[in-house]
Amino acid sequence: MEVVSVTNLKKKYGEFLAVDHISFSIKQGEVFGFLGPNGAGKTSTINMMIGLSRPTGGHIEIFGIDAVKDVKKVQRIIGVVPDENNLYDEMNGFDNLCFCASLYGISKAKREKRAVELLEQFNLTDAGKRPFKTYSKGMKRKLTIAAAIIHDPKILFLDEPTTGIDVESARQIRELILHLKNQGKTIFITTHYIEEAQRVCDRIAFIVKGRIVKIGSVRELLENTEQEHKLKLKVAGSLNELSGELKNHFQNFKLEILDENSLLITSEERVTLSPIIRWLDSKGILVYEAREIKPSLEDVFVKITGSKAAQISGKEKVEM
Amino acid sequence: METAIAFWNILKKDIKNYYLKPPNISWGIIFPLSWTLMQLIRSPNMEIIELLPGLMAMSVLFGTTSMLAVTITFEKRSHSFDRLLLAPISLGILVFAKLSGAVIFGLVNAFVPVVFAAFFTDLSGINWPIVIIAVILIAITSALIGLLIAVSVKEVFEAQTLSNFFRFPMLFLCGLFMPIEHLPAILKPITFCLPLTYGTDALNRAIRCSSIFYPTFNIFITLVFSVLLFCLCQRSIKKNWIL
Repeated sequence: MEVVSVTNLKKKYGEFLAVDHISFSIKQGEVFGFLGPNGAGKTSTINMMIGLSRPTGGHIEIFGIDAVKDVKKVQRIIGVVPDENNLYDEMNGFDNLCFCASLYGISKAKREKRAVELLEQFNLTDAGKRPFKTYSKGMKRKLTIAAAIIHDPKILFLDEPTTGIDVESARQIRELILHLKNQGKTIFITTHYIEEAQRVCDRIAFIVKGRIVKIGSVRELLENTEQEHKLKLKVAGSLNELSGELKNHFQNFKLEILDENSLLITSEERVTLSPIIRWLDSKGILVYEAREIKPSLEDVFVKITGSKAAQISGKEKVEM
Repeated sequence: METAIAFWNILKKDIKNYYLKPPNISWGIIFPLSWTLMQLIRSPNMEIIELLPGLMAMSVLFGTTSMLAVTITFEKRSHSFDRLLLAPISLGILVFAKLSGAVIFGLVNAFVPVVFAAFFTDLSGINWPIVIIAVILIAITSALIGLLIAVSVKEVFEAQTLSNFFRFPMLFLCGLFMPIEHLPAILKPITFCLPLTYGTDALNRAIRCSSIFYPTFNIFITLVFSVLLFCLCQRSIKKNWIL
């Protein structure tokens, strides 16, 4: 069942077209990723969906409600984690959560109970009485997510949830996202970390310069790129001296010596290993590991857009 | 009920987070007290009750325009105002909740000179209901001017600078320092376009039994200003902050 439907969405800031007629839909219980480099139009899109920005054109429907005309009805059923933490520095964690719950009209007893539960769930119980300004970046991010789900929203919007935080906190946040997905929440997440999107999203849309260039499930996106077979061999012995001989002998393959002891074989057809192993054995080189290299989402993105991966990931790698 | 919970908690949060902070408490007490002492030293032969309407109006004007402009600019910069915009409450309720905190702060400000005056003179002849209504209306219009300023600027210091640009001309043209009839003819039309003129006139009637207009007229005009400014603030927030 589709719970979000975006049609021909457009946003212009003066003459600059930030979002260029994009359309997509999100199914219930799905984690939908919006992946693109900085300035691609991710935050502009999310802001229009949550009612912090007015579309220049197009239509947004969330759970059957027109998100442009009935913003407040939509805001009742969504939770938002913006790219910048938006809690109150002077208030402690518990009070911040209670205040956020009060904005949804939740009674005092219920909001206090829920705040205690969330602090426990997010491992912030001890920090609950400390002012928000004393929290680490990771803790601030976790409390901002807790504040976004305190009213039990049907859809959660996360804008760059792990940007600028430490590896361990980012891992915890990804686990939390998956936990929320298992609870049946629909999640819309924007990120510029390819590996993060691959890890948590069911479906992904690549957005570049305000336009969606590809959309599909992670598997679909990867399958389309699996036209080349890659195999990496690790050997005992030096391959350097055999480089020319190897390339002459196996002309059907593209061979690349990665270092003295590793060889990358690329072929349009499946690679049969035994002739290579036998040939290397005859040269006194023992193969002790052979691994198939699957294409990553990064390869897909590069193939689709022609962009260098570093442009999208900002040369930052996500530790999983 | 849900809207009432949200309204009350925004108001409570603002009072606790901003208005009850020591610097603002001292600002709210010391500033009106300084005005009072300054006026008494400058005009030693004058009855304190003669000075009271002006002192109250000045205290409310300075207190409310600064506080709302500064707190909202601060919240906008720290992105916490976006959290309020994301809440399922109407913009009108949000503006009303923010305004209420500033009005309460203005009321406290206004009564500092009154408490001081109570030690020196008999205040039993004052029409208190009119005083309270006039102070509330001055506080509302001043706070809304502060909010309009906050919507137009990005930095806290800009809010302060722009506030002064409005506050001082209002103060000199509303008849506090110079009776309106003595003002140059060219300035008189401006005087009658200022909400503070009518609020101060209502205070003059209630405290000194002397005014240009009837209190009901003053209250009506100030109410009209309040509604107009309230609508203007909502429109500005939608236009400038919900891009």
